Amino acid sequence: MTTRFGLLSLAREALRGHRGWAPQWRSPERPQPAYDVVIVGGGGHGLATAYYLAKEHRHVGRIAVLEKGWIGGGNTGRNTTIIRSNYLFPESAALYDHAVRLWDGLSRELDYNVMFSPRGVMMLAHSVHDEQVFRRHVHANRLDGVDNEWLTPAQAKAFCPPLDIACARYPVLGAALQRRGGVARHDAVAWGYARAASALGVDIIQECEVTGIARDPRGGAVTGLETTKGTVRCPRIGVVAAGSTSLLMAMAGLRMPLESFPLQALVSEPVKPVFPCVVMSNTVHAYISQSDKGELVIGAGTDGYNSYSQAGGVQVLSHALEAVCELFPTFRRMRMLRSWGGIVDTTPDRSPIIGTTPVPGLFVNCGWGTGGFKATPGSGHVFAATIATGAPHPIAAPFALERFTTGRLIDEAAAAAVAH
Amino acid sequence: MLLIRCPWCGERPEPEFRHAGEAHIARPADPAAQSDADWAAYLYLRGNPRGWHRERWRHVHGCGRFFNALRHTGTDRFAATYRPDEPRPDIPAA
Ligand SMILES: Cc1cc2nc3c(=O)[nH]c(=O)nc-3n(C[C@H](O)[C@H](O)[C@H](O)COP(=O)(O)OP(=O)(O)OC[C@H]3O[C@@H](n4cnc5c(N)ncnc54)[C@H](O)[C@@H]3O)c2cc1C
Ligand SMILES: [Zn+2]
Repeated sequence: MTTRFGLLSLAREALRGHRGWAPQWRSPERPQPAYDVVIVGGGGHGLATAYYLAKEHRHVGRIAVLEKGWIGGGNTGRNTTIIRSNYLFPESAALYDHAVRLWDGLSRELDYNVMFSPRGVMMLAHSVHDEQVFRRHVHANRLDGVDNEWLTPAQAKAFCPPLDIACARYPVLGAALQRRGGVARHDAVAWGYARAASALGVDIIQECEVTGIARDPRGGAVTGLETTKGTVRCPRIGVVAAGSTSLLMAMAGLRMPLESFPLQALVSEPVKPVFPCVVMSNTVHAYISQSDKGELVIGAGTDGYNSYSQAGGVQVLSHALEAVCELFPTFRRMRMLRSWGGIVDTTPDRSPIIGTTPVPGLFVNCGWGTGGFKATPGSGHVFAATIATGAPHPIAAPFALERFTTGRLIDEAAAAAVAH
Repeated sequence: MLLIRCPWCGERPEPEFRHAGEAHIARPADPAAQSDADWAAYLYLRGNPRGWHRERWRHVHGCGRFFNALRHTGTDRFAATYRPDEPRPDIPAA
């Protein structure tokens, strides 16, 4: 039922006044009584998981995605869409670079324009410490086969002309640049995966909140789910619920190494193209790029306390804006249009958790915290393989929940204090 | 921005404080007797509820002292703040 997009279909619809477009994915009102795999959470990661399950692991059977609100309405539709893979440790570089390689070509694969734009992500160094850490990153990334290069202040200015490198408050001592990094259109990622998954037979049920996880009284294995739209039987469940993961895992009796925090972003009024790349400044917690609509997209930091309020303190936003105004004085008089918050699930080592759990049949993909959008295709791909085979995909294996017991943490927080 | 009542200094704005995570997590009395799983639970596993949360705060830009609070993580409303040596206040009825 999905139309193939192309010049012909566009031209035909243009002549017919665009009245012929049909919904791009099936959205059954209610779930079936039973499935073979249920994915809880219709964000980018959950939808990508369902897509790769249906595409590469057909034998798993009937698949559903249950979403309590609307697809992409969680962090997927609230994020600042920065994509990069220059993380410090080899395990992370492998995971995030797997995703970047999938981003390249994703629009073709899904026949849906996700507007992946590898325009370069530049991270500013404001102190000697920053400079040393970033240079170490550049070398580590090169050893891992991931591109990352060191720029002098003048080179950084040439790459991003609005940047004030002589900024007195936050001087720019140099920058690390990943040219293959960039941005993508967040909604399109959710919609593209939904459309492609639906075409392969996946049921996507919206406004269907999971309220309970049923387990076999003897072996403890999962047997199904309670939802606001009835009971669903299923032997395999993949929880991909970002900030709500602790709440879902508690339904199966598990405590998680997670805390949920509000993270905010805001956009300016739209202006003509002025900003050619993505600039991040971790030291001052500000991130900026320009959307195709012309808005400056600005990311702020997290609130200091765990919360599900999806709001966040105004002082966190003004802190980010103060830094943006110092670093890009030309934006001082721009007006901001709106701000919003999302609830991010952070782990103690700031790396995600992907894999099996102590509950048979229950799988989890979470802990992406402030920076999981970039990983969406790779995360879905390796998680699908993990659910289908019951054993971790090699790229996912180091990110297992057990690492908090064995002590093999992947401490990207200590490595860089990098947020997105 | 939150308004937080330090049990010693009274109500002060949030930037004077630093959140210090879930409260009432006691360090194991006999560390050598703990299994790896016990350590993982003590160090890393957290309740992270949507609802009333007992948590620690520190008045870093004030008296410097730690205290406990009972806060709702859905509304961010405080029911109480209390000193470490005070009994835990009850969770509000409604
Ligand atoms: C302001 C902000 C800026 C960010 N910036 C970046 C960035 O620049 N780059 C980057 O890489 N990452 C960024 N992130 C992080 C990124 O958004 C997330 O890591 C990523 O989108 C998570 O995707 P997801 O599919 O796992 O989660 P989500 O998109 O949140 O999907 C989870 C879904 O689960 C659903 N759900 C929850 N509970 C239930 C239930 N009981 N039953 C059914 N469904 C349920 C939710 O409604 C939600 O739709 C940012 C996040 C925020 C909030
Ligand atoms: Zn005080």
